[in-house]
Amino acid sequence: MELVEAIILSVLAASTPLLIAATGELVTERSGVLNLGVEGMMIVGAACGFAGAWLTGSIFIGALFGMVAGTLMSLIFALMALGLAVNQVATGLALTIFGIGLSGLIGAGFVGERITPAAHLAIPGLTEIPLIGRVLFGEDAFVYFSIVLIIGVWWFLYRTRAGLILRACGDNHVSAHALGYPVLRIRTFAVMFGGACAGLAGAYLPLAYTPFFIPGMTAGRGWIALALVVFASWRPGRLVVGAYLFGAVTILQLHAQGWGVGIPSQFMSALPYLATVIVLVLLSRARTGGSTAPAALGTVFVPDR
Amino acid sequence: MRKSLLALATGLLLAGSVSAASAADKLKVGFIYLGPIGDLGWTYQHDQGRLALEKELGDKIEVTYLEKVPEGPDAERAIEQLVRAGNKLIFTTSFGYMDPTLKVAKKYPNVHFEHATGYKRNANMSTYSSKWYQGRYIQGLIAAKMSKSGVLGYIGSFPIPEVVSGINATILAAQTINPNIKVKIIWANTWFDPPKEADAAKALIDQGADVIMQHTDSPAAMQIASERGKLAFGQDSEMIKFGPKTQLTSILDTWGPYYIARVKAELDGTWKSEDTWGGLDSHMFAMAPYTNMPDDVKKIAEDAQAAITAGKLHPFKCPVIGQDGKEIECKGGANLDDGQILGMNFYVKGIDDKLPGK
Repeated sequence: MELVEAIILSVLAASTPLLIAATGELVTERSGVLNLGVEGMMIVGAACGFAGAWLTGSIFIGALFGMVAGTLMSLIFALMALGLAVNQVATGLALTIFGIGLSGLIGAGFVGERITPAAHLAIPGLTEIPLIGRVLFGEDAFVYFSIVLIIGVWWFLYRTRAGLILRACGDNHVSAHALGYPVLRIRTFAVMFGGACAGLAGAYLPLAYTPFFIPGMTAGRGWIALALVVFASWRPGRLVVGAYLFGAVTILQLHAQGWGVGIPSQFMSALPYLATVIVLVLLSRARTGGSTAPAALGTVFVPDR
Repeated sequence: MRKSLLALATGLLLAGSVSAASAADKLKVGFIYLGPIGDLGWTYQHDQGRLALEKELGDKIEVTYLEKVPEGPDAERAIEQLVRAGNKLIFTTSFGYMDPTLKVAKKYPNVHFEHATGYKRNANMSTYSSKWYQGRYIQGLIAAKMSKSGVLGYIGSFPIPEVVSGINATILAAQTINPNIKVKIIWANTWFDPPKEADAAKALIDQGADVIMQHTDSPAAMQIASERGKLAFGQDSEMIKFGPKTQLTSILDTWGPYYIARVKAELDGTWKSEDTWGGLDSHMFAMAPYTNMPDDVKKIAEDAQAAITAGKLHPFKCPVIGQDGKEIECKGGANLDDGQILGMNFYVKGIDDKLPGK
């Protein structure tokens, strides 16, 4: 029983940064913009988040630093890809490479320092309940926030007018423009939201997961977040399932090794990606006449005036 | 063509000796690093070696380093860049630089190369590495003494001989203290991914391990062990900052003395291609202070360290029994020979796990 609880706790912790980053990217992509710079925004968020927490002693301020840093990074992307209509794929890749370098520079002075990680919730009487106590009432604030965030995004996209307009921009920017919506401004906000989420997801690593900063510590999680959005076929509900599934596979493969289950660990490590490819194939077969991706995803839009 | 090359080489050599004579021109020494110097592990320790070198010989040499050089074709360009910048002695500090280094070495016979942890050499290319399994043996003794559950947790990077020999040395030592000791091994399939290393440490602890050992590079596992009130060993560098009440000891790579010796040889003109595989007696690595253990355990560790250093104790003393219960052929007389250790691809008896790929 204790082991099951421990595994669930590890899975939640491993899934949270993926869920936060992927939520941001989902909104960005639903507006029609493909920002491949998630990894870069995450790692800069990690460096700035750690710096903020180390300088002020506050995890909350650290998280804010991470979000602001991610947003600033995304503004560079917005300026290039939306303002100057540069190719989005190339800009996103460049943003990642830039971010990895920049984070090393920012973090150089903080390598080897450590902070007190984010506190976990403790409600007397509830947190002690066996099996579910710590899972439901003993997490850190990031975990709860990630759930609120994805519910909020679902509500925004499907239950508000603004969400409908954002999706319209992602599906057909010409029509949205013709109806008088400021496509580029909406997309800029979506990109900024994605940046803030990526920055926060990055900051989660040094603030709660492993309370120190080391260059390159996101180690590819930004790319997993991108794969997750595709896996979820751009739907918030599926994104939650996907994020916890990815997290669960990551953790369970480690436990499987500890138990001596004879499945090669390399194969287990590759499983989430294999699952993404399979989902993609299934989706494209299930739907005839167009994919589930936002129709205008990744295409450049220059409004004619 | 060959003659003109030879003439050119002689000319360069002459130029080299002339410039060495005039105090203004210093010997240029280059380093290629795999990680950022702030990785707190492997690359950090090589950079500490470079700093020791500059401190010792700074008035005679000029040192350049390139960090975060990916293994593969990029490495070749980076090494060649150092050659073109006039570096005469170049250290390439990761296994994956082996072929690129060799390629560049063949192209520039008058430049000397030093490649860490590889096995390919040339007239102008040395190799150097350390017998870390000796340190792992000491850790195995400590771990068996300190473990209450009798289960050790081991985070591996990749199932390569260096890591496998470390696991075997650990378990052979632990068995001398507790014949029934168990070890749980988790392969991270990466050298560096702090959150994943943390996850692996959590999984091991959740499955009952109370002493964590790692062959990955970040202090994440140490930090998790500290959070959970367990014990752990550092890796490559001093990690006690991440677990003041957790770290038992750590194998510290101390490249400084080697770098100083090799650069001195270059300055004297006595450098030649060699294969150095240094043990505890060579000062190429050291053990961090033995902490968080009672005095009797500390004494066991110190005695073992002294015996290994003096050559009286060999971690792979024969007979070594393989997992299948069969004795491993003893090629080194009283112990396994270096070749068997460098190419180790089997688990010893007492590890109930399967070596990946076997």
